[in-house]
Amino acid sequence: MSYKKRLDGRGFDETRPIEAKAGVIHKANGSGYFKIGNTVAYAAVYGPREMFPRSQQNPKKGVLRCNYNMMPFSGAGDRVRPGPSRRSKEISYVTEKALLPVVDLSDYPNAVVDVFIELPQTDAGSRCAGICAASIALADAGIRMRDMIAAVSVGKVDDKLVVDLDYAEEAYEGGDVADIPVAMVPSTGEITLLQGDGLIKKEDLKNALELVKKPLQKIAEIQRKALIESYNLELKGDKK
Amino acid sequence: MNETFKNHVYQALNKGLRLDGRKKEDFREITIETGVISTAEGSARVKCGDTEVIAGIKLSLGTPYSDTPNDGVLSTNTELLPLSNPDFEGGPPRIDAIEVARVIDRAIREGKAIDTKKLCVEKGEKVWMVNMDVLPINMDGNLIDVGALACIAALKNTKFPEVVDGKVDYKHLSKKSLPVNALPIEITVVKIKDNFIVDPTQTEEKILDSRLTVGVLEDETICALQKGGDQPLTQKDVDFMVDLAIKKSKELRKLL
Repeated sequence: MSYKKRLDGRGFDETRPIEAKAGVIHKANGSGYFKIGNTVAYAAVYGPREMFPRSQQNPKKGVLRCNYNMMPFSGAGDRVRPGPSRRSKEISYVTEKALLPVVDLSDYPNAVVDVFIELPQTDAGSRCAGICAASIALADAGIRMRDMIAAVSVGKVDDKLVVDLDYAEEAYEGGDVADIPVAMVPSTGEITLLQGDGLIKKEDLKNALELVKKPLQKIAEIQRKALIESYNLELKGDKK
Repeated sequence: MNETFKNHVYQALNKGLRLDGRKKEDFREITIETGVISTAEGSARVKCGDTEVIAGIKLSLGTPYSDTPNDGVLSTNTELLPLSNPDFEGGPPRIDAIEVARVIDRAIREGKAIDTKKLCVEKGEKVWMVNMDVLPINMDGNLIDVGALACIAALKNTKFPEVVDGKVDYKHLSKKSLPVNALPIEITVVKIKDNFIVDPTQTEEKILDSRLTVGVLEDETICALQKGGDQPLTQKDVDFMVDLAIKKSKELRKLL
């Protein structure tokens, strides 16, 4: 069998439609909104502020602390029980690691920069959407950064490499499916998040990581545009 | 909050002014959008000034309580997301979040917003459970009123999912709406010194003396009450606050 045409008609290296905004949460130091297809992520940055509990303070530099959360009504099936799960804890953890390489917190000893990521609606790719929103939020908060972080999933459905799988593709029954969320520093191509579910040969993985570069550049462009637009609005004084 | 600032607010209120330029009995601008969450069976986003709340309704099939074998089950949950405000912290809901959820729940339950008898599928065995989740994205005060409005708007927007062989098929919503009987509106009247205001911002909530939330039905019947704040209210205060709440509920009802 062969996967000839994507279920929703997209090109194989094409993401779902993307919408990004900055400055959507008014009481936060910085915030971002990232929608890719039917997956929606909000991120808010609070800090740098004093780290509690104190035992987690680092006297050398600030700490980045991420929290990923799916809203109870955001899943495709049953209600998601509120509160942390093993899954959400792991995603929070890898999100931190995905963002950390571009974030410079050396000016903020003993402080924490909190990043809260909330997903009101999901259709796969939620950790990547969360990372994209968080990256916008960190930049919006004025945290010193070396670049944006762009993230999207890449993978294999049956015999084809594809970018940005949705739930329908993850659940494809006509053949094997591999789903590989990737986050990248767009200017250097360094990979900051790499996870993988499903079966894939090493050549395919290599090609997949090559395939995903262009869409990630495009995402980074959309992120930057969202920030610029937000600041343009602010200069004109008609924000909110 | 420092005393100078508090005094500034008090003095302004005595002249009938508020920090954001509103009059004492004015709400901020409210917008309601429904059907905003594709993964929920019903949803609404309500913005009221800088407060923005999403309510999502999830339906599932479950066993009724043994003392009400013919009734569906309602449950309301609120979390004060740390994303929405620097004052909120993570972790399980604390008393402030629990109060918001319970007061919203009270108006919906006691106001008989949902005909729970119509949620019965098989007496004593199988009923529809209605899970209402009310979550702030932006929080600048008045979470109970805005949350209750979002919740009611979401309930009105809710469609049953299809059921195939006794299992819920969330991918396909039927055309059948949730049996919504009544539309309770909650209005919180805040007392600061001798002034009464509605739709408080977070700053106003921090200095309030007392507050009274009133759930009001279309025929002006009261279906829920909750007093908050550290100071007592006189009978005269309560009369005034209830009258004001009923008056304001009519304005909000028009938005639904």
